This record gives sequence, C-alpha cells and structure tokens, in this order.
Amino acid sequence: MNRRYVLRRLLLVVPTVLGVVTLTFVLVHAAPGDPAREFAGEGADETQIDAARAYLHLDRPLPEQYAAYLGHLARGDLGTSFSQRLPVRTLIAMRLWPTLLLTGTALALSVAAGLWLGIRSARRPHGGLDAGVNLASLACYAVPAFWLAQLGVLTLALRTGLLPAGGMNDPRAVHTGMAAALDTGRHLLLPALVLAISETALLLRVTRAGLAGERGREYVRAALAKGASEDEVVRRHAVPNTLLPVVTVIGSRVGFLVSGAVLVESVFNWPGLGRLVVDAGRAGDQPVILGMVLLVSAAVVVANLATDLLYAWIDPRVRQR
Amino acid sequence: MSASAEAPAARRRPPFLRRARRQPSLLAGLGLTAAIAAVALLDRRLAPRYAFALSPHPFAPPSRAHLMGTDQLGRDLFTAVVQGSRTSLEVVAGVVVIAVAVGLPVGLAAGLQGGLLDDATMRVSEVVQTVPRFFLAVLVVGWFGPGLPLTVLLGLTSWPFLARVVRAETLSLRERAFVEAARAAGAGDVRILARHILPNVARGALVVVALIGSRVVLLEAGLAFLGLADVNVPSWGALLNNAQPYLDRAWWMSVFPGAAVAVTVFALNLLADGLAGLLDQDGEEERSWGAPVRDAA
Repeated sequence: MNRRYVLRRLLLVVPTVLGVVTLTFVLVHAAPGDPAREFAGEGADETQIDAARAYLHLDRPLPEQYAAYLGHLARGDLGTSFSQRLPVRTLIAMRLWPTLLLTGTALALSVAAGLWLGIRSARRPHGGLDAGVNLASLACYAVPAFWLAQLGVLTLALRTGLLPAGGMNDPRAVHTGMAAALDTGRHLLLPALVLAISETALLLRVTRAGLAGERGREYVRAALAKGASEDEVVRRHAVPNTLLPVVTVIGSRVGFLVSGAVLVESVFNWPGLGRLVVDAGRAGDQPVILGMVLLVSAAVVVANLATDLLYAWIDPRVRQR
Repeated sequence: MSASAEAPAARRRPPFLRRARRQPSLLAGLGLTAAIAAVALLDRRLAPRYAFALSPHPFAPPSRAHLMGTDQLGRDLFTAVVQGSRTSLEVVAGVVVIAVAVGLPVGLAAGLQGGLLDDATMRVSEVVQTVPRFFLAVLVVGWFGPGLPLTVLLGLTSWPFLARVVRAETLSLRERAFVEAARAAGAGDVRILARHILPNVARGALVVVALIGSRVVLLEAGLAFLGLADVNVPSWGALLNNAQPYLDRAWWMSVFPGAAVAVTVFALNLLADGLAGLLDQDGEEERSWGAPVRDAA
C-alpha cells in the first residue's frame, strides 16, 4: 500500500485525539462540584481535602494540569475511581472481556446476516420481498435493543425456559473446558441476538442501497451482455463494489455497539462494562465514566483508521487522492 | 430572465402530493409522526390523571379501567405512557432546534467558504462525532441533572451530522450552472444562499433532522432506562426500568412503554426513508439490473 497515504491518514489521527482529550479536560473543569472533596470521601476534613487536591494536582495551574493529564493518558492511566479506590484502568480491564465477547458476537452475527439479507433483497428491486424487507428492516432498526432484551427474557427465558434469563454462566453447575464454553454460549445467545438485530437491519439497508446504485451500470451491462448470469454479476462484480460503504458503516458503529451493550447487559445481568457504568453513574463516580468516554473514543478512532486503511487497500482509487 | 427560473427547485416537477403518493413510506411516516405529536400535545386531555397516582390495584392486567394495566404500586400505565410521549418529544424538539441552529449555518458556511473555515469546522465535527455521547450524557446528567442539560448536550452532539450533509450538498451546488449563472447575473452571496442553495439543501437536511430525532428518542429512553431521568416526570425509559424486576409477573409493564418507543422511532425513520426516497425519485427512475443508468456526474 502507498506509504504516503498511510502516513497522512495516521497524522490525521493526531488532531482528533487531541480534540477528544481537550474536550474531556474542559468538561471536567467546567463541571460543578469539587473532585478533591469527592476523592477524599464523605466526612473528610479540610486537611484531607487539601491533601487530595495536591494528590490530584488540582492545586497546580491549568496548563500544568493539562500537561499532566496528557502525560497520564499517554501512559494509559485513566485516574482512580472515587467509589472503589481502584485505578479506572483496572476496573475497566476486569469487565472488558465479557463486553468484548458480547459485542464481537453481535457484530459477527449482524455482518453475516445483514450482508446475506441485503444481497438477497436487492436481487429483485421493488419486488414483494424487497418491499417487505425494507419495511421489516426499518422496524427492526427502530426497536430499542434493551426492550427487545426484555421481550426476549419474557418469551424465551421466563415463559418457555428455552434459554437462561441472565448471567454469563450457570452458578449451580461447575463446568470446565468444553462444557463451560457451551454454558457461556447458551447464556450469550440471547443478548447477542438482541444486540445484533438493529445492526443487522442497518447493514442490510446499506448493502441493499449500495447494490441498487450498482444496478444498470455499464460494467454490469457489459457482463450481462457477455452472457454472465444475473447471480454471477451480482456476486462477482456488484457485491465487491458495495463492500466499501458497508465496511465504513461497520467501523462507524463501534460507539453505538458499546452503548447498546451497556443497556442490554443491564437487562441480562451480563457481568461486563454495563454494570460498571450503571453503578458509576448512580454513585457519581465520574472518573470511571470519563474512562469509558476515553476508551470508546479511542476505539472509534482506531476503527475509523482501520476502515480507511482497509478502504484504501481494497480500492486503489482512494490512495491516489 | 430571472436566474431562479433555472434552479432545480423550480424545474417542472409534478406537485408534491402527487409525488408523495408514489412514496407510501413518506405518507405513512408523516401520518404516524403527526399522530404521535398530537398525542404528546394533547396528553393531559387524553390521560388527565396524575401519572404517579397510586391505586389499590397493583399489577392489574390491561382492562377497560386501565387500558395498559397498572404497575406494582397500582399506577395507571396508560396515563404514564401517554404523558411520557410529551417528555420524549420535548427533548427531540429541543435537540432539533439546537442541531439546526448550529449545524445549518456551519454546514452552509463551510460549503460556501471552503478553505480554512471548512477544515476547522470539519475537524471539530469529527471530534464531536468521535466522543461517545451516550457516556458523555451519563456524565452530564450526573453533574447537571436530566432535563435541559441533557437536551443541550444531545443538541450540541447532533449538529455535526447535519453540518456534514449540508456542507456536502452546498459544495456540489456551488459549482452547478444555475448558481454560477445567478452569480454572473450579479446576485450577491445572501441572495444566492437564500434563493438557490437553501431551498435545495433543505430537503436533504429534513432527512437528517428526522434521523436525529429518532436517535434522540432511543438515547433518551436508554438513559432513562439506566435510571438517569427526572423522576418527577413520566418517561418511557423509566417505565421500562421499573418493569425489569417484574417481567415474570406483569408483561404489560414492559410491552406498552417499549412499544411506544419503538413506534415513535419507527415513525421518524419511516419519515426519513420517505423523504430520502422523494429525493432519489427526482434523480432517477426505478431501474432493474439491465436498465441503463445515468452515471453520476
């Protein structure tokens, strides 16, 4: 791949990251309340609060604080939780894996289902299937995932007992190895499905719209004229061209997926970041939430970078711009 | 010759209603959105009771007396769901006002001026779009409380979406023949903006506004579901939060408020889809795989 394009794209990350960091710094300082008082905890006297202020460097001039903030973040230090007295980084790391498992599974499901359904429905534009799929996908895209989660618990778990209603493992069974993985899979199925529904609908719509744009283009007509079947033209020529916008959309959904996961997790008692965010929100534990803001921002930046580079790798025209 | 006669907006086109008829999703979206807005405006007429009034009938299933049943304290869910529509749409209205007030001028200016202004505003909008506003909202509600602060935050994080679309449209319009003709005829910036750019940008902007609205409904409900809502105002998300521990006892506590969220979001998405379809219709006719297509210029 063109090294100059990669370099330029990497450089573009710098202002975005600086912007996000500055934005959060300004927000924290514009917020009401005294972080030193929060940090010192209830019942702390003035000397303890002053000590907390010094510990948090809140007694330093703002530019110095900003530089220190940058330095901490560069070392991956997200601060200390007010309520749990632990580094935010540790708290997040403890909860990260279940959320990654959930969002990763949901993403894989929705990419597979969204692409397949999108291609299927674009075959016959304005046909019965296409119109039905359009309406159904709009409806699926509208349903809040956490409500769907409640409906899933209501019907598939509580009424019929087909699937577990919550948690990540059966606490009564002592599983190891394969049996444990299967047990987790059983618990994972419903939350992942629920989270995947609206993403599937979105990807389906993007795929379908992309294919609609390729329809009737010259290369398609040329291939048809040479005797290729419609199926073949769609699969071999139109779909690869449509993948670019689909990849972009997948990359842009990182933030939505994580916030959706937080809500779904709290319905299913899934032991991921959701619980952490809910507890921190209720306890006014700002460093934890701020840590989440920064973490998800970083994930979004990386995802956008990855999609752009992928884009350039797939489509040589992009590199030359 | 008046320059505006060449503007695409003034091109011979069938009247709005006739074109809209071919776009059933637009009509359905408009109708549904209007109906929900009417419910929100007339909420106290439709459900005059106090939403938090207790009654001696906890967990009553839907009946003639309680159309959507009651919750664990015997509170009427129909009243809460109807009055919740106002809560939700008030946030949407506030967010849309802020998003348009910021996003439209920024997008127009960036598209018309280009250069440094364009670069700067696009960088800023990129930063705003990078920050996950759900978590930002959790922070802001924690600091300043729900209600107005939340509306302001969601508004200030919604404008980049609109600004980017308006900018892209403006950029392509700027180079078009009818704008150049108007400029050659001596029209000033303001006149070109008002007569030629704005009318053509408006319809694309409407699509975005409907989408912003639908996202805000979902976000507001999600935050309230986490317990980050004003407890003195009925809201759909808070009702769903309240339903969570009683799922096995009272399905209606979850089904009706959730359906209200889903129908509202669906209506706004349908509206956006219909409006977008209307824009496409102007461009191209329906085509099948073999039909010729005018390649985008």
